[in-house]
Amino acid sequence: MKGTQIFFYIFVMWLLIIAGGGLVVSIIAHISIQGFGKLDNLIDSIIKAGIALVLVVIWILIMSKIKNWIFHKQISH
Amino acid sequence: MMLDRTIIGILISAVAFVTVYAITPSLIKILTKRKMVVKDYNKEVATMVARPGGPSILVGILASELTLYAFFPSNEILAIVITTTLAFLVGFADDRKVLGGWFKPLALAASALPIILLGAYNPHLAFPLFGSVKIPELYLGLIIFIIPVMGNTINSIDVLNGVASGFMTIASFALTICLVIVHHYDIALASLPLGFVSLAFYKYHKVPSKIFPGDSGALTLGAMYGTLSVVGHVEIIAAIALLPAVINSFLFLSSVKRIIEHRQIKANPVVHTEDFKLMASTDKSAPVTLVRLILANGPLTEKQVGFVIFRLALFSAALAIITSFMMEIRI
Repeated sequence: MKGTQIFFYIFVMWLLIIAGGGLVVSIIAHISIQGFGKLDNLIDSIIKAGIALVLVVIWILIMSKIKNWIFHKQISH
Repeated sequence: MMLDRTIIGILISAVAFVTVYAITPSLIKILTKRKMVVKDYNKEVATMVARPGGPSILVGILASELTLYAFFPSNEILAIVITTTLAFLVGFADDRKVLGGWFKPLALAASALPIILLGAYNPHLAFPLFGSVKIPELYLGLIIFIIPVMGNTINSIDVLNGVASGFMTIASFALTICLVIVHHYDIALASLPLGFVSLAFYKYHKVPSKIFPGDSGALTLGAMYGTLSVVGHVEIIAAIALLPAVINSFLFLSSVKRIIEHRQIKANPVVHTEDFKLMASTDKSAPVTLVRLILANGPLTEKQVGFVIFRLALFSAALAIITSFMMEIRI
């Protein structure tokens, strides 16, 4: 079938989204910053945003590695 | 109530489909008369195609969503209508006069503000199997981010005759099914016009295209899809249904390593064979795109490439539907 590797890549991406979701829920959902008064919510959000960004960067790096591995032949052509 | 919804669903679907189906030929005539045409580079014989088709897409969406609003008024429908219209205006401005680098994403981000101002969102991000996470402030950033990303993702896949409208037809009907599975019936109803508008437009956009959606059409479709994902609380599911387009953007960005418009590409990722089939470019400086990867196994006609993309869209749609069922399961 044409583009079999692309179907596989989509499937891997889907698995990574689900695994990434698990990480987000298990890490971010349990963070609760207190002791800064009115700044609690802001600091809480900044930390959560930071972790989310790190996870997104890791996700992109993994996808990039997988892309090179799956499409090695095509890209080198 | 369910019967009411079914009847209204049929009515707004018909309004969306018939409006676009009926007015697009007139739009083609008007655009051609005003010489608002562009060359279709994938045709052997020089062919000029009318552009943009955004106005007929917007009229179809407005007619059907406002009909729905008359029966079931809600802030969610208002948010869909206003955000989609603003995204259309950004795209239309870009169709008429090429907008500068960051203006378009910023203007699209601003189009998302009505969702926030109308409070048509729930700051919980829901994931399959693991539950949801409450991110009140962060979610506002996500809304601002999601509309330009979805708009540009659809815009980036508008590369061949019929692909953007055909792809959106599949993705939006999948989104409607997913919304029903997660019991968000009102938003499922509001999502129906997107699928039917895309389907009606596909009639004129398929190979050989009589009209191109242009930035106004692609951004309108993408922004409405993004808004539906937010107001329907199905952000992750909606992203999964769009995976082939996401991959296209991802491959493109990871090969050019910066945010640029397709028109700024110096080396074309796709070239033509003598019999005018599409063939992957051997130029190493050309960006890697979804179409280039599809063509890596050998030349194909424009129509064949489109059908491979539709098969990928159907596969992603199936994954999105599976994910919706997984939303009910907790581990």
